[in-house]
Amino acid sequence: MAVCIAVIGKENSPKYISCLKEDEELQLHYKVHTSLDIVEEKLSAPTKAAGDLRELYLGLLYSTEELKVFGYVTNTKIKFIIVVDSANSMLRDNEVRTMFRKLHTAYTDVVCNPFYIPGDKIESKKFDAVVKAIFQGN
Amino acid sequence: MVADEVLLELIHSELVSYAYTKAEEKEKDKKEVDFSSLEYAGFLSGYRMIERLTKDWPRFKDELETLKFICTDFWSAVYKKQIDNLRTNHQGVYVLQDNAFRFLNKISSGTQYLEHAPRYVAFTCGLLRGALANLGIVSLVTAEIQPMPAVKFHIEVKRS
Repeated sequence: MAVCIAVIGKENSPKYISCLKEDEELQLHYKVHTSLDIVEEKLSAPTKAAGDLRELYLGLLYSTEELKVFGYVTNTKIKFIIVVDSANSMLRDNEVRTMFRKLHTAYTDVVCNPFYIPGDKIESKKFDAVVKAIFQGN
Repeated sequence: MVADEVLLELIHSELVSYAYTKAEEKEKDKKEVDFSSLEYAGFLSGYRMIERLTKDWPRFKDELETLKFICTDFWSAVYKKQIDNLRTNHQGVYVLQDNAFRFLNKISSGTQYLEHAPRYVAFTCGLLRGALANLGIVSLVTAEIQPMPAVKFHIEVKRS
């Protein structure tokens, strides 16, 4: 399913990036980075479709032949990016939503850890486990 | 009252008395006592709490909507009641009025303990500031104690 999962902070600094395959890392980091522009664009767009815009889930940011990039922004301006393999055409919107929701729940748990300083990189075994579960598709 | 609601009040009053004795030790000669550590503890709590409370909410349209969320849901989550009155001048100043502030509710409502009252609102000022900061609103929060259990929180939004 997912090939790359990233958490980006308020000021667009990476808090957490994890890729499934090591040899594709550079390309995936680049994809995540470019997709941030589209996130900004979606957030600042004049409220044409106000109903849509207010949802945390931003939907498909862009897709290429082999990859699809999805975005999600919390109320506190933390961005989650998930890159999915396009070959997996059976993927439904709802499943992507579920992945994001799991990621968001895990993130709130990290923030509620009193030893975690907001803005730092995420170094948590629990969070790693959640990301791993998403990679494996459940 | 449910037991778990009492816990917050007890730990808060312990926190206040601890911070108060610490601050007093440090500056014996001064009349004013420094509440910044209490305020900072509130800031961190608010900052973390808001992450969880806004999880299932749609994105906020503007500043006013964010403040409304603070007045209703955030206040209910912490103090089990809503803010009684929200006022604004639409230029970045908001006044939140709580007619029966929970941390002052148990204290005699005359003027007898008025001088001790400020230490019970410092934490909450930080709580508000932290919650707003994580939602992207940098602000200055001060409190004004009206006739005893009523408190007005003044929020001044800093525009960059």
